[in-house]
Amino acid sequence: MKRVRALLRDNARNANAIAYTLMILGALLYPAVVQFATAGNGDYLVGLAADGGIYILMAIGLNVVVGFAGLLDLGYAAFFAIGSYTYALVASNHLGVTPLGHSLHVPFWIALFIGMFTAAGAGALLGAPTLRLRGDYLAIVTLGFGEIVPRLFKNAGIWTGGVPGIFALDVPTLPGWITGPWVNQPFGWVPDFRFTTDNLTAYYVLMIVLIAVVVVLVHNIYNSRLGRAWMAVREDETAAAATGVNTVSIKLLAFSIGAATSGFAGAFYGAKLSYVSSENFGFVVSVTVLAMVVLGGMGNIPGAMLGGGVLYFILFWFLPNAPAQVESLASAAGLGVLNQVNPNGWPGIAEEVSRSKYVIFGLILVGIMLLRPQGLLPSQVRKQELRHEEHEAIAAPRQLQG
Amino acid sequence: MVQRLRNSLTSTPTASAINAVGVVLVVAALVAAAIRIYQGGAGYFFQTIGFGLAQGAIFALVALGYTMVYGIIELINFAHGDVFTLGAFISLSLMPLLGLNEGQISGAALIIPLLVLFVVTMLVCALVNIGIERIAYRPLRHAPRLAPLITAIGMSALLEGVMNVWRGPSQLHYPDFLPEYQIPLGGGVTIAAKAATVIVIAVVLMVVLTLFVNRSKLGKAMRATAQDRDAAQLMGIDINRTIAATFFIGAALAGAGGIIYGLYYNSVSAFDGFTYGLYAFTAAVFGGIGNIPGAAIGGILIGIIYSISDGYFSVSWTQILVFAILIFVLVFRPTGLLGMRVPEK
Amino acid sequence: MAAILRVNGLTKRFGGLVAVDNVSFDVEAGEVFALIGPNGAGKTTLFNCITGFFKPTLGHVVFGDKDLTGSPPHRTAKAGIARTFQNIRLFDYMSALDNVRLGHHCRMHAMLWDSLFKTPLERNEEREITEHSMELLALVGLEHQADNYARNLAYGQQRRLEIARALATSPKLLLLDEPAAGFNPQEKVELMDLVQTILRRGITVFLIEHDMRVVMQVSQRIVVLDHGEKIAEGPPVEVRNNQRVIEAYLGKSA
Repeated sequence: MKRVRALLRDNARNANAIAYTLMILGALLYPAVVQFATAGNGDYLVGLAADGGIYILMAIGLNVVVGFAGLLDLGYAAFFAIGSYTYALVASNHLGVTPLGHSLHVPFWIALFIGMFTAAGAGALLGAPTLRLRGDYLAIVTLGFGEIVPRLFKNAGIWTGGVPGIFALDVPTLPGWITGPWVNQPFGWVPDFRFTTDNLTAYYVLMIVLIAVVVVLVHNIYNSRLGRAWMAVREDETAAAATGVNTVSIKLLAFSIGAATSGFAGAFYGAKLSYVSSENFGFVVSVTVLAMVVLGGMGNIPGAMLGGGVLYFILFWFLPNAPAQVESLASAAGLGVLNQVNPNGWPGIAEEVSRSKYVIFGLILVGIMLLRPQGLLPSQVRKQELRHEEHEAIAAPRQLQG
Repeated sequence: MVQRLRNSLTSTPTASAINAVGVVLVVAALVAAAIRIYQGGAGYFFQTIGFGLAQGAIFALVALGYTMVYGIIELINFAHGDVFTLGAFISLSLMPLLGLNEGQISGAALIIPLLVLFVVTMLVCALVNIGIERIAYRPLRHAPRLAPLITAIGMSALLEGVMNVWRGPSQLHYPDFLPEYQIPLGGGVTIAAKAATVIVIAVVLMVVLTLFVNRSKLGKAMRATAQDRDAAQLMGIDINRTIAATFFIGAALAGAGGIIYGLYYNSVSAFDGFTYGLYAFTAAVFGGIGNIPGAAIGGILIGIIYSISDGYFSVSWTQILVFAILIFVLVFRPTGLLGMRVPEK
Repeated sequence: MAAILRVNGLTKRFGGLVAVDNVSFDVEAGEVFALIGPNGAGKTTLFNCITGFFKPTLGHVVFGDKDLTGSPPHRTAKAGIARTFQNIRLFDYMSALDNVRLGHHCRMHAMLWDSLFKTPLERNEEREITEHSMELLALVGLEHQADNYARNLAYGQQRRLEIARALATSPKLLLLDEPAAGFNPQEKVELMDLVQTILRRGITVFLIEHDMRVVMQVSQRIVVLDHGEKIAEGPPVEVRNNQRVIEAYLGKSA
């Protein structure tokens, strides 16, 4: 009891602790609230949140690379793709139609880990020769990698299903699961439970559990010698090297862990969709995850999660629904003229709104960097750094403009 | 220099192994290309080269902007490729105003309207780029390296988003005013006048740029600032103006490139700049980032490689090839062919 | 006494400039060895060659029985050579305690698995190195600043923190680059005491220093560099009276 009270006292003013608490509460209550608010039609929103969880996982992983180790990875989607495709190859009938002739149906969880380790391996392969490059060159190299990988998958024809992709992947299964009144079933234990789109609440719960596990693991690393070494390398690489830190392998580890997380998310994504295609892994995915991390707070786990959740809802719920809303709003406000489509000019305000995804990206990235570079939930280090910069800006006069 | 090259290539056993594989791959590719070129015949080859040179000329124009900006503030201006697309978009909107309607005007009557088109488009692109520098990059000039990079990506997204909202994501038709005939080169071999025109325009622009950089005071200031910013400042050079001038010129060239691209391909879309920008950046790095002649040479080489890959192999592999070149150059010879004039930090 | 560090024919060229020119000397185990010379003589470059920040153009660096020539910095640290920097390079936004804890990195055994799952090995190791770090902080008089960000410490405290961090790597040889720069006389005395304490722990000290009184008092042997060349080597008394050394510092009298 005393330990709990001490814990509460220490963390009472800690923004991160508050964030975690709110997130846990939110996660637990979300399905119930949503179902209540939509009078039982909340399945779509629950499923949406479950999908959002995949992006949140990726944000947590990219945060390790960008936020902890300070490496800008612009090709993060490549590892997502590798995880997905690996899962598709080992957990479907696809290998049967390849020259190999024999399909694998590796059990779900093992397949997930195979996807994860393959992605981690790819990360190590890419990182080994490139992590010694300076920051901007590394960013471009990862960007190039992120462009090459999906195209390789697209062009590998018979092995990767080419342009259409691979279908009918094995869905996630668990040895057992509980069902209950929340899915209009009596309470009971279901052995060999298969996750299907009929039971999105199950996906949601599974996602929450996965995220919680990953958060704990990443937290553990952060508070270990590894996290310290990353921070040191980010602060002053020369001093870190002089103090015995092998900077290249430390960076490689961060890079691989990030790749592993992305691969894991990718494998899960493929399983949930029961489908994988190279179209889903472009630069837009990498930029989205980066924007999530930047928005939420680089180097801060709950920050990355928050950024993930916020941006996901903006991109996948608000933006798709906005055009219709704006259209009816315009009509209601007597601005119905805005809705009229002119084939060679104004495409109607609804269309304009739906096209604005990239504008939003741009505004978020530029805005955050210029106005609040520490993000919504800054890490402790960043708070200190910025406090210092403020003091210095006030103390020392602007030398030579700029 | 050969000794240094050899040293850098064989620094570790892994590096040597990768190098050996790389050399084998390159030789194999060259041999395969040579075989197909021979099989395709001289006519097709010269068409391909012509196309490659034209392509390369456009790459070079855009690459110059990347290389000059990187040379002076060591920033990869991600948004540069989108300024290129912006040039195409702006010129597209200006054309009806200048009477440049497809099929209704040709020959000598084109010259003045096209000239005006170029000047206005280049000016607008240049001003936009200066604005970007002022708003997004200058405040972060002393921030850790990650920040301006992220901002640059954001700027790129913003530009693409604006163009997307403005004209939509689909391919837009760009009017065709270039001459359609073939120029005989002797021996039954021809080159498309289209390609030749593009090359000529690009070369003229690049010559003007070279003269400017080498002869004018501002050009000298740009070179000085690229070499040693603090020393340049001590010499009384206005750094902000010089940097702004660099962005101005780079964008002007990119804007011109956008017009030429539109005229040549007759099709442009809001998101073209991303991939095209990456190609041009590859060209800049290939030739030597920070090195102006390097950007031109890199552009031409990448253009030819691109064209040969498209023409003799397969379009789907061209993109992979170019990006692979990008990665390999950065990893194994980051200074490119002609080396970097700005010292490594 | 055995030589713990052997520098043999060390030369470092930067293009046309010869920063270090054919320098050879030995550092004996258990002594305080000093490197002096006018500004620009190549002292820090020599340190950088020894610790692996520069690859020597010619020559060898042998530490104990290992040839460390050209080894990267983290390897020389792991081999047992620790250093401080002329311009103080601390991890500004990490606490003093974390700075010192980081010094243990190269001696720790917890692997990724241990960090991920907080195994007993990891937890025990963390506890041990935290204790040891506090000890080292107390050694340099900073135990009350443990949780303060390195950036917030006073100049003298920062220099001492850097030494504590270097000591955390359990070195056999400690390279100090101008450790007394900017110190007042009292702090210099404390520094010399600290050097003695470090010696008593069995660590050899090799320092670059400009304050001649500190050098003469604390070192057993001195090597003098001028324009990259070694111009004298020996006990303080000899070096102090060496004609070439005097000329190097004061310039040849007209």
